[in-house]
Amino acid sequence: MSRPLYIRRDLPFELYEVNILEADDEQLARISEERGLALNLREMKAIRDYFRKEGRNPTDVELQTLGQTWSEHCFHKTFKGTIITEGERIDSLFKTYIARATEELNKPWCISIFEDNAGIIQFENDIAVAVKVETHNHPSAIEPFGGAATGIGGVIRDVLGVWGEPIACMDVLGFGPLDYDYKKLPAGVKHPKYIYRGVVAGIGNYGNNMGIPTVNGAIYFDESYVGNVVVYCGCVGILPIRKYIKNGKPGDAIVLAGGRTGRDGIHGVTFASLELTEESEETSRPAVQIANPIEEEKLARAIIKIRDYELASSITDLGGGGLSSAVGETAHKFGCGAHVELDKVPLKQPNIAPWEIYISESQERMLLTVPEENVNRVLEIFMSEDVEATVIGRLTRDKRLKLTYQGWQVADLDLDFLFSPPRFIGSAEWRPPRYAEPEFEEPEDLGEILMKILSSPNVASKESVIRTYDHEVKGNTVIKPLCGVNAGPSDAAVLKPLNDSWRGLVISCGMNPRYGKIDPYWMAASAIDEAIRNNIAVGGRRIALLDNFVWGSPEKPDRLGALVRACKACYRFAREFDAPFISGKDSLYNESPLGPVTPTLLITAIGIIPDVRSAVTSDLKAPGDLIYILGRTYRELGGSEYYRLFGSIGNSVPKVRPEEAKSTFSRLIQAIDSGCVRACHDLSEGGLGVAAAEMAFSGDIGLEIHLQRVPRSETIQRDDHMLFSESNSRFLVEIPEGRRDEFERIMDGATYSLIGRTRKERKLLIYGLNGSRIIDADLGRLMYFWKKTLGG
Amino acid sequence: MRVSDVRICIIRVGGTNCDRETKRSIEDLGAKADVWHLSMLVKKRALHEYDGLVIPGGFSFGDYVRAGAILAKSLTVKLGAELERFIDEGKPILGICNGFQVLVESGLLPGFDGISKYPEAALATNIPIGYRCRWVYLRHENSGKCIFTSEIPRGKVLRIPIAHAEGRFIFPKDRERRLLDRLIENDQLVLRYCSEDGSPANGRYPDNPNGSFYDIAGICNSSGTIFGLMPHPERAFYGWQLPDWTRMEKPPKFADGKMIFFSMIEYITRRF
Repeated sequence: MSRPLYIRRDLPFELYEVNILEADDEQLARISEERGLALNLREMKAIRDYFRKEGRNPTDVELQTLGQTWSEHCFHKTFKGTIITEGERIDSLFKTYIARATEELNKPWCISIFEDNAGIIQFENDIAVAVKVETHNHPSAIEPFGGAATGIGGVIRDVLGVWGEPIACMDVLGFGPLDYDYKKLPAGVKHPKYIYRGVVAGIGNYGNNMGIPTVNGAIYFDESYVGNVVVYCGCVGILPIRKYIKNGKPGDAIVLAGGRTGRDGIHGVTFASLELTEESEETSRPAVQIANPIEEEKLARAIIKIRDYELASSITDLGGGGLSSAVGETAHKFGCGAHVELDKVPLKQPNIAPWEIYISESQERMLLTVPEENVNRVLEIFMSEDVEATVIGRLTRDKRLKLTYQGWQVADLDLDFLFSPPRFIGSAEWRPPRYAEPEFEEPEDLGEILMKILSSPNVASKESVIRTYDHEVKGNTVIKPLCGVNAGPSDAAVLKPLNDSWRGLVISCGMNPRYGKIDPYWMAASAIDEAIRNNIAVGGRRIALLDNFVWGSPEKPDRLGALVRACKACYRFAREFDAPFISGKDSLYNESPLGPVTPTLLITAIGIIPDVRSAVTSDLKAPGDLIYILGRTYRELGGSEYYRLFGSIGNSVPKVRPEEAKSTFSRLIQAIDSGCVRACHDLSEGGLGVAAAEMAFSGDIGLEIHLQRVPRSETIQRDDHMLFSESNSRFLVEIPEGRRDEFERIMDGATYSLIGRTRKERKLLIYGLNGSRIIDADLGRLMYFWKKTLGG
Repeated sequence: MRVSDVRICIIRVGGTNCDRETKRSIEDLGAKADVWHLSMLVKKRALHEYDGLVIPGGFSFGDYVRAGAILAKSLTVKLGAELERFIDEGKPILGICNGFQVLVESGLLPGFDGISKYPEAALATNIPIGYRCRWVYLRHENSGKCIFTSEIPRGKVLRIPIAHAEGRFIFPKDRERRLLDRLIENDQLVLRYCSEDGSPANGRYPDNPNGSFYDIAGICNSSGTIFGLMPHPERAFYGWQLPDWTRMEKPPKFADGKMIFFSMIEYITRRF
């Protein structure tokens, strides 16, 4: 090589030419590494080929733009790539499994799916809801408070980015065990308790301060989350369908609005596309952004005004990749080019290099395209909310991305090239792990076992966290995260978003990482079943799903094999349950010195309820009512909370039997609509035992149950299996005596059984398979155990 | 004045976030409510066109110094004379949550001798510490001075949710007793946290959710036309907002918070 790798151009600001034309393979890898591009050799070669054709070297701005756009985080190379697996070739997991289910279901109420920042579905008449769920794992591992807060901020902007007015947030979190031994922590990994506190505070700080209720969520604890914290942030918004305007055209001004651009959040997406290491804190601290919820609150107000006046031709958020992804994607989407003057971007501090300006992920920024005649009004509206907004460029006719700084051209890229990175090719294999099915005698005191399960962190009350989130602001939360007289667990949240309509939005989730250790296929199936049955339990229907994968490195065949299995289940069960995917996201490369994250799939379910006044909660309502179980119980304890008590995983992972499930689901909705269901709770972690206890102490009403009467498979011969099996698609319901016939008529044809009654005496009484009393527990005591672990 | 002629001004700034549901509550009762950004209200000098003022909940200016302090200063500096006239005319001012913090920071509450130059009380960091969102019971303690609770019988227990991190009402420690006596003598004590049956919370968590002195949840000024409270009546306006409406055979159409807005509007229609 005759010239150095990096050549500083003789300009009044910092701009380097990267000598890629003369670089050999080793140097290409070095450039990727030194410049934090996170691109592999194939990709670097493709870039070199492109610039050979252009007959020049790239600038650092161009190279960084490519690094951002081609990152796993922005482009989802794995889901779009080719996967070779035992005799099978899958061209795009996304198209083959996720999008295909949606296409085949072809629902008329799906308005914009998978193509924009958030999925948009019809809510009522000309009103739509927009939903998005994101992950913010990597930043939260480095800086829990800021990482989680900006996760919320980011997903809210995704909803604003489809012109949605945010109305609710959801958060599902995964941490290592809070009592994890400090001595076992590798260097660079923070203790789960520190991360837990920081993440929870960060979420509360953003949602509360911005005034968006946090209405649904979950917290899971798993050893694999010690090194890989899991932070899912979700947001729901509402918009008039005709205000969903996306038609940018050449000549439109590109307006950047909101917070100023600084050095925070440099290389966030490329960092998220790498494994975490001991040095991550040192090297990647600048990748974590700084949150300012008040700025976003003002931004949201202005954006909703601009939407209502229809002043802009399009909008998108600045998230991963900052301006580089927002500008590029906007121009590419409308078949335009873009010209941006980087020196017009308002900065937090002087002397930021052009490439940093272009890829900074500073928070609370949105990008709009605005027809020339509306520019002044748009800027005035932002000003009226004390929000800074600046015209930084224009959409152009040629399909090129042209960036200038102080009049000098610093980038000139073909947009088609920018959006066609080399296809990812991965090889996948999946070998079912073999965990021994634990063999042990049935414990004598099942009451004590029940209390242990109730106090296990995954089952225990999350009240201490839930109460630090404002779930009431906006005054539209009809079913809140806590229900009953003792803050019991709600299966789903119900919102009443419109003042002049009783129609409600039902939000629920499902996640079963422990099943994923045994088989990601049944984990995915179970998560879908759980999300849907939680939704149905309060009265939801017409369900749309969101899929959010948190996985290890796709470059390792076993991780990719597990992903393929989960995707296959997604396709099958979305079809079976008639529930299309409307949005999703994947976070891969969740690997740390402690190993990969347990494959984790969060399914979010968005349903509707025609009249919120018919919604049902899980707390028992009155003594003397009938208690029915819906669905059949199988000996499925693999990955269960019960086995966990014995330090086992087991192999008998819960399956989903779609025909049985559907026959239960459809009848339960009818029963809820008929008004005869007083309480309903889904059976999940801890099975029948936990569900019964939760219903009883939430309502402060006693309960008597007879296991003999529970429909079960022949393989169940023991009371403990009966009580703690986690078979899917089951519910407990409370029906007043007077509506018994009506309820049984509705349920006719499904698997269900009358198994007990509610009682005045505040006790949980359970009679075993041989008819003898096996549990006789005081409700106060059960609740004490449920609340003590994480605090009430 | 007829209810339909009543016009309420709701002030907002960056970080205010309960203005929409507050407006909805007022309008549901037949009055008119306009939400004004403070800078616009100042520019247009429009406050005098209104019959009542509400400072709603939220995190005004981010509450980056003491909660409500910046908005309190902005109000007194930018609207000072207009606001004083507004108060002198007997027009009611309601501060909810962050609005209560603003009223205390600006010296409008407790306002023993009119507007005080410095805050005479504070809404300090919760004990136990932290942000908390929960439904609480409140006992109505006012004997008739507070126009915002005139339609609520004395001794009635109300249920309204709170959501804040800084709601612990305190007086300066050395004058605590004296000021409390004065508050009670003047009939400025309006709402106290209590248990479900109405017995005093006596500082016990969670009945008293923030450690407030004397379980104080809401107070009014010496003329009874300015009222601040930490709980959110706009979140307890409809029956379906109740945390346990699914336990009721026939949930009520309205919840307890409605009476506060209703009393405010009633007062305006009577007085003007």
